Amino acid sequence: MTVLAIAPPTWDVVGDVRELLSYDFMRNAALAGTAIAVAAGLVGYFVVLRNQVFTSDALGHAAFTGGLGGLLAGLPLLVGVHAGTVATALGTGSLGGRSRGRDVATGTFFAWVLGLGVLFLALYTRGQSTANGVLGISVLFGSILGLQAAQTAVAVAASVATCLAVVAVCRPLLFSSIDPDVAAARGVPTRTISAIFLVLTAVTVAESVQAVGALLIFALMVAPAAAAQRLTARPYAGLVVSAALAVGFVWAALALAFWTPYPASFCITAIAFASLLVALLVERLRDRGRGAGP
Amino acid sequence: MTGPAPGWDLLFDLQQLLQFHFMQNALLTGTIVAVPAGAVGYFIVLRGQSFAAHTLSQVGFPGAAAGILVHTSPLAGLLAFCTASALGIGFLGRGLDAGRRGESAVIGTVLAFSLGLGLLFSRLYAGSAQGVYAFLFGTILGISDADVAITAAVAAAALAALGVMARPLLFGSVDPDVAQARGVPVRALSMAFLVLVALAVAQAVQIVGTLLVFALLVAPGAAALQLSARPWLGLGFSVALALLFTWAGLAVAYFTIYPVGFFVTTFAFGTYLALRVGRALLAARRLPAPA
Repeated sequence: MTVLAIAPPTWDVVGDVRELLSYDFMRNAALAGTAIAVAAGLVGYFVVLRNQVFTSDALGHAAFTGGLGGLLAGLPLLVGVHAGTVATALGTGSLGGRSRGRDVATGTFFAWVLGLGVLFLALYTRGQSTANGVLGISVLFGSILGLQAAQTAVAVAASVATCLAVVAVCRPLLFSSIDPDVAAARGVPTRTISAIFLVLTAVTVAESVQAVGALLIFALMVAPAAAAQRLTARPYAGLVVSAALAVGFVWAALALAFWTPYPASFCITAIAFASLLVALLVERLRDRGRGAGP
Repeated sequence: MTGPAPGWDLLFDLQQLLQFHFMQNALLTGTIVAVPAGAVGYFIVLRGQSFAAHTLSQVGFPGAAAGILVHTSPLAGLLAFCTASALGIGFLGRGLDAGRRGESAVIGTVLAFSLGLGLLFSRLYAGSAQGVYAFLFGTILGISDADVAITAAVAAAALAALGVMARPLLFGSVDPDVAQARGVPVRALSMAFLVLVALAVAQAVQIVGTLLVFALLVAPGAAALQLSARPWLGLGFSVALALLFTWAGLAVAYFTIYPVGFFVTTFAFGTYLALRVGRALLAARRLPAPA
Protein backbone atom coordinates (compact mmCIF):
# COMPACT_ATOMS: atom_id res chain seq x y z
CA MET A 1 0.00 0.00 0.00
CA THR A 2 1.41 3.38 -0.95
CA VAL A 3 1.62 5.94 1.80
CA LEU A 4 0.69 9.44 0.67
CA ALA A 5 1.96 12.47 2.47
CA ILE A 6 -1.35 13.81 3.71
CA ALA A 7 -1.67 16.79 5.99
CA PRO A 8 -3.62 15.99 9.15
CA PRO A 9 -7.11 17.54 9.38
CA THR A 10 -7.36 21.00 10.88
CA TRP A 11 -10.29 23.01 12.21
CA ASP A 12 -10.47 24.84 8.89
CA VAL A 13 -13.25 22.71 7.42
CA VAL A 14 -13.25 24.39 4.00
CA GLY A 15 -9.51 23.90 3.70
CA ASP A 16 -9.86 20.29 4.77
CA VAL A 17 -12.46 19.57 2.12
CA ARG A 18 -10.30 21.30 -0.48
CA GLU A 19 -7.37 19.13 0.56
CA LEU A 20 -9.61 16.06 0.41
CA LEU A 21 -10.81 16.82 -3.09
CA SER A 22 -7.39 17.72 -4.44
CA TYR A 23 -6.79 14.07 -5.17
CA ASP A 24 -8.19 12.44 -8.27
CA PHE A 25 -9.13 9.20 -6.55
CA MET A 26 -10.98 11.10 -3.82
CA ARG A 27 -12.96 13.10 -6.37
CA ASN A 28 -13.98 9.90 -8.13
CA ALA A 29 -14.87 8.26 -4.84
CA ALA A 30 -16.91 11.24 -3.66
CA LEU A 31 -18.80 11.55 -6.93
CA ALA A 32 -19.55 7.85 -7.35
CA GLY A 33 -20.19 7.44 -3.63
CA THR A 34 -22.75 10.25 -3.57
CA ALA A 35 -24.61 8.95 -6.60
CA ILE A 36 -24.65 5.38 -5.30
CA ALA A 37 -25.71 6.51 -1.83
CA VAL A 38 -28.74 8.46 -3.10
CA ALA A 39 -29.95 5.45 -5.08
CA ALA A 40 -29.23 3.05 -2.22
CA GLY A 41 -31.02 5.28 0.28
CA LEU A 42 -34.15 5.60 -1.86
CA VAL A 43 -34.37 1.95 -2.87
CA GLY A 44 -33.35 0.81 0.61
CA TYR A 45 -36.28 2.67 2.13
CA PHE A 46 -38.68 0.53 0.13
CA VAL A 47 -36.62 -2.61 0.81
CA VAL A 48 -37.14 -2.14 4.54
CA LEU A 49 -40.76 -1.07 4.10
CA ARG A 50 -41.51 -4.20 2.09
CA ASN A 51 -39.60 -6.42 4.52
CA GLN A 52 -37.26 -7.62 1.78
CA VAL A 53 -34.07 -7.07 3.74
CA PHE A 54 -32.73 -10.53 3.08
CA THR A 55 -33.40 -10.25 -0.61
CA SER A 56 -30.72 -7.58 -0.72
CA ASP A 57 -28.34 -9.91 1.11
CA ALA A 58 -29.06 -12.68 -1.38
CA LEU A 59 -28.54 -10.26 -4.27
CA GLY A 60 -25.17 -9.38 -2.79
CA HIS A 61 -24.15 -13.04 -2.97
CA ALA A 62 -25.39 -13.18 -6.56
CA ALA A 63 -23.34 -10.08 -7.36
CA PHE A 64 -20.15 -11.77 -6.19
CA THR A 65 -20.74 -14.90 -8.23
CA GLY A 66 -22.07 -12.98 -11.24
CA GLY A 67 -19.11 -10.62 -11.29
CA LEU A 68 -16.52 -13.38 -11.14
CA GLY A 69 -18.44 -15.55 -13.59
CA GLY A 70 -18.46 -12.58 -15.96
CA LEU A 71 -14.70 -12.11 -15.60
CA LEU A 72 -14.27 -15.80 -16.34
CA ALA A 73 -16.32 -15.37 -19.53
CA GLY A 74 -14.21 -12.40 -20.54
CA LEU A 75 -16.75 -9.69 -19.66
CA PRO A 76 -16.02 -6.63 -17.55
CA LEU A 77 -16.70 -7.07 -13.82
CA LEU A 78 -19.60 -4.63 -13.76
CA VAL A 79 -21.45 -6.38 -16.58
CA GLY A 80 -21.27 -9.68 -14.73
CA VAL A 81 -22.35 -8.08 -11.46
CA HIS A 82 -25.42 -6.52 -13.07
CA ALA A 83 -26.31 -9.69 -14.97
CA GLY A 84 -26.00 -11.78 -11.80
CA THR A 85 -28.17 -9.56 -9.64
CA VAL A 86 -30.86 -8.86 -12.25
CA ALA A 87 -31.15 -12.54 -13.18
CA THR A 88 -31.44 -13.50 -9.50
CA ALA A 89 -34.01 -10.78 -8.88
CA LEU A 90 -36.16 -11.95 -11.78
CA GLY A 91 -35.68 -15.58 -10.68
CA THR A 92 -36.77 -15.01 -7.08
CA GLY A 93 -39.58 -12.77 -8.26
CA SER A 94 -40.99 -15.37 -10.63
CA LEU A 95 -40.75 -18.07 -7.98
CA GLY A 96 -43.26 -15.96 -6.13
CA GLY A 97 -43.29 -15.00 -2.53
CA ARG A 98 -40.74 -12.92 -0.73
CA SER A 99 -37.48 -14.70 -0.41
CA ARG A 100 -36.27 -14.60 3.17
CA GLY A 101 -32.70 -15.45 4.03
CA ARG A 102 -33.81 -17.30 7.12
CA ASP A 103 -35.57 -19.99 5.19
CA VAL A 104 -33.52 -23.16 5.03
CA ALA A 105 -33.90 -23.74 1.30
CA THR A 106 -32.99 -20.21 0.23
CA GLY A 107 -30.22 -20.04 2.80
CA THR A 108 -28.59 -23.21 1.54
CA PHE A 109 -29.05 -22.08 -2.05
CA PHE A 110 -27.33 -18.75 -1.51
CA ALA A 111 -24.50 -20.36 0.45
CA TRP A 112 -24.01 -22.53 -2.61
CA VAL A 113 -24.10 -19.46 -4.87
CA LEU A 114 -21.20 -18.01 -2.87
CA GLY A 115 -19.39 -21.33 -3.13
CA LEU A 116 -19.83 -21.17 -6.88
CA GLY A 117 -18.32 -17.68 -6.84
CA VAL A 118 -15.29 -19.10 -5.06
CA LEU A 119 -14.91 -21.70 -7.79
CA PHE A 120 -15.13 -19.02 -10.49
CA LEU A 121 -12.49 -17.01 -8.69
CA ALA A 122 -10.19 -20.03 -8.51
CA LEU A 123 -10.74 -20.75 -12.21
CA TYR A 124 -10.17 -17.13 -13.17
CA THR A 125 -6.99 -16.63 -11.19
CA ARG A 126 -5.56 -20.06 -11.93
CA GLY A 127 -1.80 -19.97 -11.78
CA GLN A 128 -1.55 -16.44 -10.41
CA SER A 129 -1.78 -17.18 -6.73
CA THR A 130 -1.31 -13.63 -5.43
CA ALA A 131 -4.21 -12.25 -7.45
CA ASN A 132 -6.50 -14.92 -6.02
CA GLY A 133 -7.40 -13.31 -2.72
CA VAL A 134 -6.99 -9.68 -3.76
CA LEU A 135 -9.67 -9.67 -6.45
CA GLY A 136 -12.08 -11.67 -4.30
CA ILE A 137 -11.63 -9.34 -1.35
CA SER A 138 -12.19 -6.23 -3.44
CA VAL A 139 -15.48 -7.60 -4.79
CA LEU A 140 -16.58 -8.74 -1.34
CA PHE A 141 -15.60 -5.61 0.54
CA GLY A 142 -15.60 -2.94 -2.16
CA SER A 143 -12.86 -0.59 -3.24
CA ILE A 144 -14.36 2.86 -3.47
CA LEU A 145 -10.96 4.56 -3.31
CA GLY A 146 -9.81 2.60 -6.35
CA LEU A 147 -12.49 3.70 -8.81
CA GLN A 148 -11.43 4.84 -12.27
CA ALA A 149 -13.03 7.77 -14.10
CA ALA A 150 -14.94 5.44 -16.45
CA GLN A 151 -16.32 3.37 -13.57
CA THR A 152 -17.37 6.59 -11.85
CA ALA A 153 -19.26 7.70 -14.95
CA VAL A 154 -21.08 4.36 -15.16
CA ALA A 155 -21.95 4.50 -11.47
CA VAL A 156 -23.34 8.03 -11.75
CA ALA A 157 -25.37 7.24 -14.87
CA ALA A 158 -26.84 4.04 -13.39
CA SER A 159 -27.66 5.76 -10.11
CA VAL A 160 -29.38 8.70 -11.80
CA ALA A 161 -31.44 6.27 -13.89
CA THR A 162 -32.37 4.28 -10.76
CA CYS A 163 -33.40 7.42 -8.88
CA LEU A 164 -35.58 8.61 -11.77
CA ALA A 165 -37.23 5.19 -12.00
CA VAL A 166 -37.92 5.18 -8.25
CA VAL A 167 -39.48 8.64 -8.46
CA ALA A 168 -41.59 7.53 -11.43
CA VAL A 169 -43.07 4.48 -9.64
CA CYS A 170 -42.96 6.08 -6.21
CA ARG A 171 -46.71 6.54 -5.57
CA PRO A 172 -47.99 3.13 -6.71
CA LEU A 173 -44.96 1.44 -5.14
CA LEU A 174 -45.67 3.08 -1.80
CA PHE A 175 -49.35 2.17 -2.00
CA SER A 176 -48.69 -1.46 -2.89
CA SER A 177 -45.93 -1.79 -0.28
CA ILE A 178 -48.09 -0.56 2.58
CA ASP A 179 -51.32 -2.32 1.65
CA PRO A 180 -50.92 -4.73 -1.26
CA ASP A 181 -54.50 -6.06 -1.14
CA VAL A 182 -56.21 -2.69 -1.23
CA ALA A 183 -53.77 -1.49 -3.89
CA ALA A 184 -54.57 -4.50 -6.07
CA ALA A 185 -58.29 -3.94 -5.56
CA ARG A 186 -57.90 -0.31 -6.62
CA GLY A 187 -56.34 -1.41 -9.90
CA VAL A 188 -52.65 -0.91 -9.11
CA PRO A 189 -50.66 -3.54 -11.07
CA THR A 190 -48.93 -4.85 -7.92
CA ARG A 191 -47.20 -7.77 -9.63
CA THR A 192 -45.63 -5.58 -12.29
CA ILE A 193 -44.68 -3.00 -9.69
CA SER A 194 -42.93 -5.54 -7.51
CA ALA A 195 -41.07 -7.00 -10.49
CA ILE A 196 -39.89 -3.51 -11.46
CA PHE A 197 -38.87 -2.86 -7.89
CA LEU A 198 -36.85 -6.09 -7.69
CA VAL A 199 -34.95 -5.09 -10.83
CA LEU A 200 -34.28 -1.65 -9.35
CA THR A 201 -32.99 -3.30 -6.18
CA ALA A 202 -30.76 -5.54 -8.27
CA VAL A 203 -29.23 -2.59 -10.14
CA THR A 204 -28.69 -0.71 -6.88
CA VAL A 205 -26.99 -3.70 -5.26
CA ALA A 206 -24.76 -4.05 -8.31
CA GLU A 207 -23.80 -0.38 -8.00
CA SER A 208 -23.23 -0.61 -4.27
CA VAL A 209 -20.82 -3.50 -4.79
CA GLN A 210 -18.29 -0.95 -6.04
CA ALA A 211 -18.64 1.20 -2.97
CA VAL A 212 -19.06 -1.22 -0.07
CA GLY A 213 -18.68 -4.65 -1.63
CA ALA A 214 -21.03 -7.59 -1.96
CA LEU A 215 -21.01 -8.45 1.75
CA LEU A 216 -21.62 -5.01 3.23
CA ILE A 217 -24.67 -4.03 1.17
CA PHE A 218 -26.75 -3.80 4.36
CA ALA A 219 -24.72 -0.86 5.58
CA LEU A 220 -25.65 1.37 2.67
CA MET A 221 -29.08 0.06 1.69
CA VAL A 222 -30.72 -1.02 4.92
CA ALA A 223 -29.17 0.98 7.74
CA PRO A 224 -30.13 4.49 6.46
CA ALA A 225 -33.67 3.31 5.78
CA ALA A 226 -34.00 1.61 9.15
CA ALA A 227 -32.79 4.77 10.87
CA ALA A 228 -35.10 6.97 8.76
CA GLN A 229 -38.14 4.88 9.69
CA ARG A 230 -37.38 5.41 13.35
CA LEU A 231 -37.02 9.16 12.89
CA THR A 232 -40.20 9.83 10.92
CA ALA A 233 -43.35 7.90 10.11
CA ARG A 234 -44.19 10.03 7.05
CA PRO A 235 -43.17 8.14 3.89
CA TYR A 236 -41.94 11.02 1.70
CA ALA A 237 -40.00 12.62 4.54
CA GLY A 238 -38.62 9.16 5.33
CA LEU A 239 -37.44 8.70 1.76
CA VAL A 240 -35.59 12.01 1.82
CA VAL A 241 -34.08 11.34 5.25
CA SER A 242 -32.97 7.86 4.12
CA ALA A 243 -31.20 9.20 1.03
CA ALA A 244 -29.65 12.07 3.00
CA LEU A 245 -28.38 9.69 5.68
CA ALA A 246 -26.85 7.38 3.08
CA VAL A 247 -25.02 10.32 1.48
CA GLY A 248 -23.91 11.51 4.91
CA PHE A 249 -22.55 8.04 5.74
CA VAL A 250 -20.50 7.94 2.56
CA TRP A 251 -19.09 11.44 2.96
CA ALA A 252 -18.19 10.92 6.60
CA ALA A 253 -16.66 7.54 5.81
CA LEU A 254 -14.59 8.94 2.95
CA ALA A 255 -13.22 11.69 5.19
CA LEU A 256 -12.50 9.16 7.92
CA ALA A 257 -10.80 6.77 5.53
CA PHE A 258 -8.76 9.67 4.10
CA TRP A 259 -7.23 10.71 7.38
CA THR A 260 -7.04 7.39 9.18
CA PRO A 261 -5.47 4.13 8.05
CA TYR A 262 -8.82 2.35 8.22
CA PRO A 263 -10.44 0.84 5.13
CA ALA A 264 -13.31 2.91 3.66
CA SER A 265 -15.74 -0.03 3.72
CA PHE A 266 -15.17 -0.49 7.42
CA CYS A 267 -15.79 3.23 8.00
CA ILE A 268 -19.12 3.07 6.16
CA THR A 269 -20.31 0.07 8.16
CA ALA A 270 -19.13 1.58 11.45
CA ILE A 271 -20.90 4.90 10.80
CA ALA A 272 -24.05 3.09 9.66
CA PHE A 273 -24.03 0.96 12.79
CA ALA A 274 -23.42 3.95 15.08
CA SER A 275 -26.21 6.02 13.57
CA LEU A 276 -28.66 3.14 13.77
CA LEU A 277 -27.85 2.89 17.47
CA VAL A 278 -28.50 6.63 17.82
CA ALA A 279 -31.81 6.27 15.97
CA LEU A 280 -32.86 3.39 18.24
CA LEU A 281 -31.97 5.50 21.27
CA VAL A 282 -33.91 8.52 19.97
CA GLU A 283 -36.92 6.30 19.34
CA ARG A 284 -36.79 4.86 22.83
CA LEU A 285 -36.41 8.29 24.47
CA ARG A 286 -39.32 9.63 22.45
CA ASP A 287 -41.52 6.69 23.39
CA ARG A 288 -40.66 7.20 27.02
CA GLY A 289 -41.35 10.94 26.72
CA ARG A 290 -44.81 10.13 25.44
CA GLY A 291 -45.34 7.73 28.29
CA ALA A 292 -45.85 4.94 25.80
CA GLY A 293 -42.72 3.08 26.87
CA PRO A 294 -42.89 -0.40 28.35
CA MET B 1 0.39 -28.13 -12.55
CA THR B 2 0.64 -31.89 -12.17
CA GLY B 3 -1.01 -32.88 -8.96
CA PRO B 4 -2.06 -36.25 -7.70
CA ALA B 5 -4.71 -37.87 -9.85
CA PRO B 6 -7.38 -40.25 -8.61
CA GLY B 7 -7.67 -43.68 -10.17
CA TRP B 8 -10.05 -46.62 -9.81
CA ASP B 9 -7.84 -48.18 -7.16
CA LEU B 10 -9.55 -46.75 -4.09
CA LEU B 11 -6.93 -47.98 -1.65
CA PHE B 12 -4.17 -46.25 -3.58
CA ASP B 13 -6.28 -43.09 -3.77
CA LEU B 14 -6.67 -43.13 -0.02
CA GLN B 15 -2.93 -43.54 0.40
CA GLN B 16 -2.36 -40.54 -1.85
CA LEU B 17 -4.87 -38.55 0.12
CA LEU B 18 -3.18 -39.27 3.42
CA GLN B 19 0.32 -38.80 2.10
CA PHE B 20 0.82 -35.29 3.45
CA HIS B 21 0.61 -34.11 7.02
CA PHE B 22 -1.57 -31.09 6.19
CA MET B 23 -4.09 -33.39 4.57
CA GLN B 24 -4.11 -35.73 7.56
CA ASN B 25 -4.83 -32.74 9.78
CA ALA B 26 -7.51 -31.46 7.42
CA LEU B 27 -9.29 -34.82 7.27
CA LEU B 28 -9.00 -35.33 11.00
CA THR B 29 -10.37 -31.84 11.72
CA GLY B 30 -13.05 -32.27 9.09
CA THR B 31 -14.22 -35.48 10.74
CA ILE B 32 -14.15 -34.01 14.23
CA VAL B 33 -16.00 -30.92 13.06
CA ALA B 34 -18.67 -32.66 11.01
CA VAL B 35 -20.08 -34.71 13.89
CA PRO B 36 -21.14 -31.78 16.12
CA ALA B 37 -22.10 -29.77 13.02
CA GLY B 38 -24.49 -32.47 11.89
CA ALA B 39 -25.92 -33.05 15.37
CA VAL B 40 -26.34 -29.37 16.24
CA GLY B 41 -27.55 -28.61 12.72
CA TYR B 42 -30.43 -31.07 13.10
CA PHE B 43 -31.71 -29.17 16.10
CA ILE B 44 -31.14 -25.83 14.35
CA VAL B 45 -33.47 -26.84 11.54
CA LEU B 46 -35.96 -28.40 13.96
CA ARG B 47 -36.07 -25.19 16.00
CA GLY B 48 -36.15 -22.92 12.95
CA GLN B 49 -33.04 -21.07 14.08
CA SER B 50 -31.13 -21.17 10.83
CA PHE B 51 -30.88 -17.40 10.85
CA ALA B 52 -29.17 -17.40 14.23
CA ALA B 53 -26.66 -19.85 12.78
CA HIS B 54 -26.09 -17.47 9.86
CA THR B 55 -25.49 -14.56 12.24
CA LEU B 56 -23.06 -16.51 14.40
CA SER B 57 -21.07 -17.68 11.42
CA GLN B 58 -20.55 -14.13 10.15
CA VAL B 59 -19.40 -12.99 13.56
CA GLY B 60 -16.72 -15.63 13.27
CA PHE B 61 -14.85 -13.57 10.68
CA PRO B 62 -13.86 -10.65 12.97
CA GLY B 63 -13.23 -13.28 15.64
CA ALA B 64 -10.66 -15.13 13.59
CA ALA B 65 -9.02 -11.89 12.46
CA ALA B 66 -8.90 -10.59 16.03
CA GLY B 67 -7.34 -13.85 17.16
CA ILE B 68 -4.46 -13.32 14.77
CA LEU B 69 -4.21 -9.63 15.65
CA VAL B 70 -3.55 -10.39 19.31
CA HIS B 71 -1.20 -13.23 18.38
CA THR B 72 -3.25 -16.16 19.50
CA SER B 73 -4.68 -18.82 17.25
CA PRO B 74 -7.58 -17.76 15.00
CA LEU B 75 -9.48 -20.67 16.53
CA ALA B 76 -9.30 -19.01 19.96
CA GLY B 77 -10.71 -15.77 18.52
CA LEU B 78 -13.44 -17.69 16.74
CA LEU B 79 -14.49 -19.51 19.88
CA ALA B 80 -14.48 -16.31 21.96
CA PHE B 81 -16.43 -14.15 19.47
CA CYS B 82 -18.99 -16.81 18.59
CA THR B 83 -19.69 -17.71 22.20
CA ALA B 84 -19.97 -14.06 23.25
CA SER B 85 -22.40 -13.23 20.47
CA ALA B 86 -24.42 -16.38 21.16
CA LEU B 87 -24.90 -15.14 24.72
CA GLY B 88 -25.75 -11.67 23.36
CA ILE B 89 -28.37 -13.07 20.99
CA GLY B 90 -29.76 -15.22 23.78
CA PHE B 91 -30.25 -12.20 26.05
CA LEU B 92 -31.49 -9.72 23.45
CA GLY B 93 -33.01 -11.75 20.67
CA ARG B 94 -36.46 -12.69 21.84
CA GLY B 95 -37.66 -12.55 18.28
CA LEU B 96 -34.56 -13.11 16.20
CA ASP B 97 -36.38 -15.61 14.07
CA ALA B 98 -39.77 -14.02 14.43
CA GLY B 99 -39.15 -11.95 11.32
CA ARG B 100 -40.19 -8.52 12.48
CA ARG B 101 -39.52 -5.86 9.92
CA GLY B 102 -37.46 -3.51 12.05
CA GLU B 103 -35.40 -6.26 13.61
CA SER B 104 -34.20 -7.82 10.42
CA ALA B 105 -32.89 -4.39 9.38
CA VAL B 106 -31.09 -4.00 12.70
CA ILE B 107 -29.59 -7.47 12.48
CA GLY B 108 -28.49 -6.80 8.91
CA THR B 109 -26.70 -3.66 9.99
CA VAL B 110 -24.98 -5.47 12.85
CA LEU B 111 -23.88 -8.18 10.41
CA ALA B 112 -22.44 -5.65 7.99
CA PHE B 113 -20.63 -3.96 10.86
CA SER B 114 -19.15 -7.21 12.10
CA LEU B 115 -17.86 -8.10 8.63
CA GLY B 116 -16.45 -4.59 8.28
CA LEU B 117 -14.75 -5.05 11.64
CA GLY B 118 -13.18 -8.26 10.38
CA LEU B 119 -11.84 -6.37 7.37
CA LEU B 120 -10.40 -3.72 9.70
CA PHE B 121 -8.70 -6.27 11.95
CA SER B 122 -7.09 -8.04 9.05
CA ARG B 123 -5.86 -4.72 7.60
CA LEU B 124 -4.45 -3.68 10.98
CA TYR B 125 -2.58 -6.93 11.10
CA ALA B 126 -1.46 -6.24 7.54
CA GLY B 127 -2.45 -9.81 6.79
CA SER B 128 -2.43 -11.01 3.22
CA ALA B 129 -5.60 -11.03 1.17
CA GLN B 130 -5.01 -14.77 0.91
CA GLY B 131 -5.37 -15.11 4.67
CA VAL B 132 -8.62 -13.13 4.77
CA TYR B 133 -9.85 -15.24 1.92
CA ALA B 134 -9.09 -18.43 3.84
CA PHE B 135 -11.25 -17.29 6.77
CA LEU B 136 -14.12 -16.43 4.48
CA PHE B 137 -14.12 -19.52 2.32
CA GLY B 138 -12.10 -22.09 4.20
CA THR B 139 -8.91 -23.88 3.38
CA ILE B 140 -7.43 -27.31 3.66
CA LEU B 141 -4.01 -25.91 4.35
CA GLY B 142 -2.58 -24.63 7.56
CA ILE B 143 -4.50 -26.44 10.28
CA SER B 144 -1.88 -26.93 12.96
CA ASP B 145 -1.53 -29.88 15.33
CA ALA B 146 -2.48 -27.63 18.23
CA ASP B 147 -5.68 -26.58 16.42
CA VAL B 148 -6.58 -30.24 15.89
CA ALA B 149 -6.17 -30.90 19.61
CA ILE B 150 -8.30 -27.88 20.64
CA THR B 151 -10.93 -28.79 18.07
CA ALA B 152 -11.11 -32.35 19.37
CA ALA B 153 -11.47 -31.18 22.97
CA VAL B 154 -14.15 -28.60 22.18
CA ALA B 155 -16.04 -31.04 19.95
CA ALA B 156 -16.02 -33.68 22.68
CA ALA B 157 -17.32 -31.18 25.22
CA ALA B 158 -20.03 -29.94 22.84
CA LEU B 159 -21.16 -33.47 22.02
CA ALA B 160 -21.23 -34.45 25.69
CA ALA B 161 -23.33 -31.38 26.49
CA LEU B 162 -25.66 -32.12 23.58
CA GLY B 163 -25.96 -35.73 24.76
CA VAL B 164 -27.01 -34.59 28.23
CA MET B 165 -29.60 -32.11 27.02
CA ALA B 166 -30.76 -33.91 23.87
CA ARG B 167 -34.02 -35.28 25.31
CA PRO B 168 -35.32 -32.12 26.98
CA LEU B 169 -34.06 -30.06 24.05
CA LEU B 170 -35.99 -32.21 21.63
CA PHE B 171 -39.09 -31.87 23.78
CA GLY B 172 -38.60 -28.11 24.07
CA SER B 173 -37.99 -27.77 20.34
CA VAL B 174 -41.01 -29.75 19.20
CA ASP B 175 -43.50 -28.32 21.67
CA PRO B 176 -42.11 -25.50 23.80
CA ASP B 177 -45.36 -24.70 25.59
CA VAL B 178 -46.06 -28.22 26.78
CA ALA B 179 -42.40 -28.67 27.70
CA GLN B 180 -42.53 -25.52 29.81
CA ALA B 181 -45.68 -26.69 31.52
CA ARG B 182 -44.01 -30.01 32.29
CA GLY B 183 -41.17 -28.19 34.05
CA VAL B 184 -38.52 -28.25 31.33
CA PRO B 185 -36.33 -25.12 31.70
CA VAL B 186 -36.98 -23.97 28.11
CA ARG B 187 -35.21 -20.60 28.34
CA ALA B 188 -32.05 -21.98 29.89
CA LEU B 189 -32.04 -24.78 27.34
CA SER B 190 -32.29 -22.46 24.38
CA MET B 191 -29.48 -20.35 25.79
CA ALA B 192 -27.27 -23.41 26.24
CA PHE B 193 -28.18 -24.54 22.76
CA LEU B 194 -27.11 -21.22 21.22
CA VAL B 195 -23.71 -21.64 22.87
CA LEU B 196 -23.47 -25.12 21.34
CA VAL B 197 -24.29 -23.62 17.93
CA ALA B 198 -21.51 -21.09 18.49
CA LEU B 199 -19.01 -23.87 19.26
CA ALA B 200 -20.07 -25.90 16.22
CA VAL B 201 -19.80 -22.83 13.98
CA ALA B 202 -16.41 -21.79 15.31
CA GLN B 203 -14.97 -25.21 14.59
CA ALA B 204 -16.52 -25.73 11.19
CA VAL B 205 -15.23 -22.34 10.00
CA GLN B 206 -11.74 -23.85 9.88
CA ILE B 207 -12.72 -26.11 7.00
CA VAL B 208 -15.40 -24.29 5.03
CA GLY B 209 -14.98 -20.66 6.08
CA THR B 210 -17.39 -18.22 7.70
CA LEU B 211 -19.46 -17.53 4.60
CA LEU B 212 -20.09 -21.15 3.68
CA VAL B 213 -20.49 -22.72 7.10
CA PHE B 214 -24.25 -22.33 6.75
CA ALA B 215 -24.30 -25.11 4.16
CA LEU B 216 -22.43 -27.59 6.35
CA LEU B 217 -24.48 -26.74 9.41
CA VAL B 218 -28.00 -26.52 8.03
CA ALA B 219 -28.13 -28.65 4.88
CA PRO B 220 -27.49 -32.04 6.59
CA GLY B 221 -30.20 -31.33 9.16
CA ALA B 222 -32.64 -30.16 6.51
CA ALA B 223 -31.91 -33.21 4.36
CA ALA B 224 -32.27 -35.54 7.36
CA LEU B 225 -35.71 -34.09 8.12
CA GLN B 226 -36.71 -34.98 4.56
CA LEU B 227 -35.49 -38.53 5.05
CA SER B 228 -37.05 -39.41 8.37
CA ALA B 229 -39.60 -37.96 10.74
CA ARG B 230 -38.24 -39.99 13.65
CA PRO B 231 -35.95 -37.76 15.70
CA TRP B 232 -33.15 -40.15 16.70
CA LEU B 233 -32.91 -41.64 13.24
CA GLY B 234 -32.92 -38.14 11.75
CA LEU B 235 -30.13 -37.09 14.08
CA GLY B 236 -28.09 -40.06 12.87
CA PHE B 237 -28.77 -39.23 9.22
CA SER B 238 -27.77 -35.64 9.83
CA VAL B 239 -24.40 -36.58 11.33
CA ALA B 240 -23.74 -39.13 8.60
CA LEU B 241 -24.52 -36.65 5.86
CA ALA B 242 -22.32 -33.96 7.42
CA LEU B 243 -19.44 -36.45 7.54
CA LEU B 244 -20.07 -37.48 3.96
CA PHE B 245 -20.15 -33.90 2.64
CA THR B 246 -16.93 -33.03 4.46
CA TRP B 247 -15.00 -36.13 3.38
CA ALA B 248 -16.16 -35.90 -0.20
CA GLY B 249 -15.46 -32.17 -0.32
CA LEU B 250 -11.96 -32.54 1.08
CA ALA B 251 -11.08 -35.47 -1.18
CA VAL B 252 -12.32 -33.80 -4.37
CA ALA B 253 -10.66 -30.52 -3.44
CA TYR B 254 -7.39 -32.37 -2.94
CA PHE B 255 -7.43 -34.07 -6.31
CA THR B 256 -8.54 -31.00 -8.21
CA ILE B 257 -6.99 -27.67 -7.32
CA TYR B 258 -10.27 -25.98 -6.60
CA PRO B 259 -11.47 -24.64 -3.25
CA VAL B 260 -12.91 -27.05 -0.71
CA GLY B 261 -15.73 -24.66 0.20
CA PHE B 262 -17.22 -24.95 -3.25
CA PHE B 263 -17.36 -28.74 -3.15
CA VAL B 264 -18.79 -28.97 0.35
CA THR B 265 -21.55 -26.47 -0.47
CA THR B 266 -22.25 -28.18 -3.79
CA PHE B 267 -22.62 -31.62 -2.24
CA ALA B 268 -24.76 -30.21 0.55
CA PHE B 269 -27.04 -28.21 -1.69
CA GLY B 270 -27.21 -30.95 -4.32
CA THR B 271 -28.22 -33.61 -1.79
CA TYR B 272 -30.84 -31.38 -0.22
CA LEU B 273 -32.25 -30.48 -3.62
CA ALA B 274 -32.30 -34.13 -4.76
CA LEU B 275 -34.17 -35.19 -1.62
CA ARG B 276 -36.71 -32.39 -1.96
CA VAL B 277 -37.34 -33.22 -5.61
CA GLY B 278 -37.46 -36.96 -4.88
CA ARG B 279 -40.03 -36.48 -2.16
CA ALA B 280 -42.12 -34.18 -4.30
CA LEU B 281 -42.13 -36.77 -7.09
CA LEU B 282 -43.06 -39.56 -4.69
CA ALA B 283 -45.89 -37.50 -3.26
CA ALA B 284 -47.13 -36.64 -6.75
CA ARG B 285 -47.21 -40.31 -7.73
CA ARG B 286 -48.96 -41.40 -4.57
CA LEU B 287 -51.70 -38.82 -4.81
CA PRO B 288 -53.95 -38.23 -7.79
CA ALA B 289 -53.15 -34.99 -9.57
CA PRO B 290 -54.61 -32.02 -7.73
CA ALA B 291 -57.59 -30.38 -9.36
